[in-house]
Amino acid sequence: MLDQHRAPVYEALLKYRDARVVPFDVPGHKHGKGNPELTEFLGKACLSVDVNSMKPLDNLCHPTSVIKEAEELAAEAFGAAYCFFMVGGTTSSVQSMVLSVCKAGEKIIMPRNVHRSAINALILSGAIPVYVNPGVNERLGIPLGMSVKDVEKAILENPDAKAVFVNNPTYYGICSDLRKITKLAHDHGMAVIVDEAHGTHFYFGENLPVSAMEAGADMAAVSMHKSGGSLTQSSFLLIGSNAEKFGVTEGRVRAVINLTQTTSGSYLLMSSLDISRRSLAVDGKKIIEKAVNNAAYAREEISKIGGYYAFADELINGDDIYDFDRTKLSVHTRDIGLAGIEVYDYLRDNYDIQIEFGDIGNILAYISAGDMWKDIERLVSALAEIKRRFSRDKTGMLDHEYINPQVELSPQAAFYGNQHSIPIEKSAGKISGEFVMCYPPGIPILAPGEKITPEILDYIKYSKERGCMMTGTEDMAIENIKVID
Amino acid sequence: MELWFSEPHTKNVKMSIRVDKQLHTEQSEYQRIDVFESPEFGRFLTLDGLMMLTEKDEFIYHEMITHVAMASNPQIKNVLVIGAGDGGTVRELTRYGTIENIDMVEIDERVVEVCREFLPQTACRLDDPRVHIFYDDGLRFVRRKENCYDLIIVDSTDPFGPGEGLFTSEFYGNCFNALTGNGILVNQHESPYYPDDAKAMQRAHKRIREFFDVCRVYQVHIPTYPSGHWLFGFASKTVDPLAADVDNWNTLGIETRYYNTELHKGCFAIPNYVKELLKNAD
Repeated sequence: MLDQHRAPVYEALLKYRDARVVPFDVPGHKHGKGNPELTEFLGKACLSVDVNSMKPLDNLCHPTSVIKEAEELAAEAFGAAYCFFMVGGTTSSVQSMVLSVCKAGEKIIMPRNVHRSAINALILSGAIPVYVNPGVNERLGIPLGMSVKDVEKAILENPDAKAVFVNNPTYYGICSDLRKITKLAHDHGMAVIVDEAHGTHFYFGENLPVSAMEAGADMAAVSMHKSGGSLTQSSFLLIGSNAEKFGVTEGRVRAVINLTQTTSGSYLLMSSLDISRRSLAVDGKKIIEKAVNNAAYAREEISKIGGYYAFADELINGDDIYDFDRTKLSVHTRDIGLAGIEVYDYLRDNYDIQIEFGDIGNILAYISAGDMWKDIERLVSALAEIKRRFSRDKTGMLDHEYINPQVELSPQAAFYGNQHSIPIEKSAGKISGEFVMCYPPGIPILAPGEKITPEILDYIKYSKERGCMMTGTEDMAIENIKVID
Repeated sequence: MELWFSEPHTKNVKMSIRVDKQLHTEQSEYQRIDVFESPEFGRFLTLDGLMMLTEKDEFIYHEMITHVAMASNPQIKNVLVIGAGDGGTVRELTRYGTIENIDMVEIDERVVEVCREFLPQTACRLDDPRVHIFYDDGLRFVRRKENCYDLIIVDSTDPFGPGEGLFTSEFYGNCFNALTGNGILVNQHESPYYPDDAKAMQRAHKRIREFFDVCRVYQVHIPTYPSGHWLFGFASKTVDPLAADVDNWNTLGIETRYYNTELHKGCFAIPNYVKELLKNAD
């Protein structure tokens, strides 16, 4: 047992600061003294520890001392065999997972409602996706988890696949039966890698869905900066205790990470991971409980307004909604005649309240231990006002968030294939060379290699009209799309 | 020995009052509550170190937050008071026999308890049978009400702290919804003088204007508040305080030390720089 009250990177930085070391190394701002305006904005305390790798502070690319110790502490706290500190966002964790288990041409089984980072990883690695269509909830229109039956079918049909990729949970808080899927995959010699961008708190809270490491998965990408409390862009990549069977070793994964990760890892990010891990390990149960209670209270109050549906556990069906993350405050808005994105815009423009995302029929407010009771009251009251002032008839509103893709080419073949640009409204029937998605949530509507259908074009047009932030194409206005020749 | 209470009014200005003794101090769930005894202002209450009221000058605040609306519409029967844990606003309201019900929503029960013990001058009418005290968040309380109050008085702290939610669009919209057709909203509207207070005042004005056809501010002089120059907001769906016939108020026989029906009109006459701030509030 390690002492989880320790925070080795943080402690080393304190020592460094106290020693009043004279910097003749990068960064050139020299503890902020060379950039007074930035120091005024971010604070002296912050700039004084924005430093470079050096012996007493270890090196992220090749950790042997304080970073290594901090990684070992984090591994223990998360029940993992090893934990990597990541400074390129959970995107880099997801990509490193995929690159660690699949080579070019090898198959990976995954749900299509993954974050774009997962499909990006397929472009980088050349792995071939075998998509499992997620379930779709008819009322909410949202994509769910994968049913075990569908995963089994994909495994039996593709016995040569190397890995199964699972969201735990989805952006909306929905979990697949991770234990069963893991066992099934392992029985067929496939690794299990898990996107836990929205699941950090599963490791510490009570009565929450099972975490990847507990379910016996081989790797997990954990967004510490979401529910874990660390700085934006910091993340953990975990390795499970049986991962070696699938060639996933600490050394191999580090080599993969170092392909794309910076050699100037930020100590601001690393110390934030170290301190946040300590606070979760020591106090996590209380911290997560607060978020769970905040979300439960908000759901109850939002339900009292009427018209909104703040969904939760009642959706659980033992299959493609095997479990639900009760810290998520997802609210279905279509019954008051407003798209989620419209409610999202009203909240910001009229009430100075910024939520995580709004899509066609839902909004998601991110709840954490950092929420003050009075802010939750504001959110609830603003939703009541939006209903009173802006609700309208829901006739004619689009009712689904997800369209099953028709994959024609692997993402890599499409991305590097010969392409030309055409107006998006004339692209039906072509194969897309690009992504199109609303961001957030960043789940592609179209990925490279997928057939563009009239239904998809209608969806894109509708999303644009309602005010979704569309991204993905080279054309910043999303008026033209590159298609395969 | 010299003992002084000091409150920074800006980063560069501080007001100090000599204190004889501290009568009470505590940290409640929401804020720090202190009561002092002073030679100049008698007893005074501070929340998080900010002056709320003194025995000497509280009559100005409490008369003016109440009687302007009551004189503008003598039909007011059902009143909601938000904040006001010291009881001063309720004391003024209970002087009207025509009022049938007063709901008071205060988030911090400890403020009420402390005022009952140390400031009977303001807390004296909290036990009037028409008064119902709810210990709840004002924002939460009001969003559950529809078309039921003739008058809502927002007697809040500043918009930094527990009172923050009472300066928001969602709150003013909820109040609009909770008011009857002739309903009036009177709110503590901050000060126009120091820039930080003025910004809070502008924000509040801009947001109230979104909902109410009648939207005015009136001014009072409160010696112990920053700059001494303080504003209240008067918003209504229909009642214009300057068009209302207020002379009848004089027949009620309510004795006041600050408010009178001439001042009723005069207090809405505001300096040019304040007019300018209000005009540019967006």
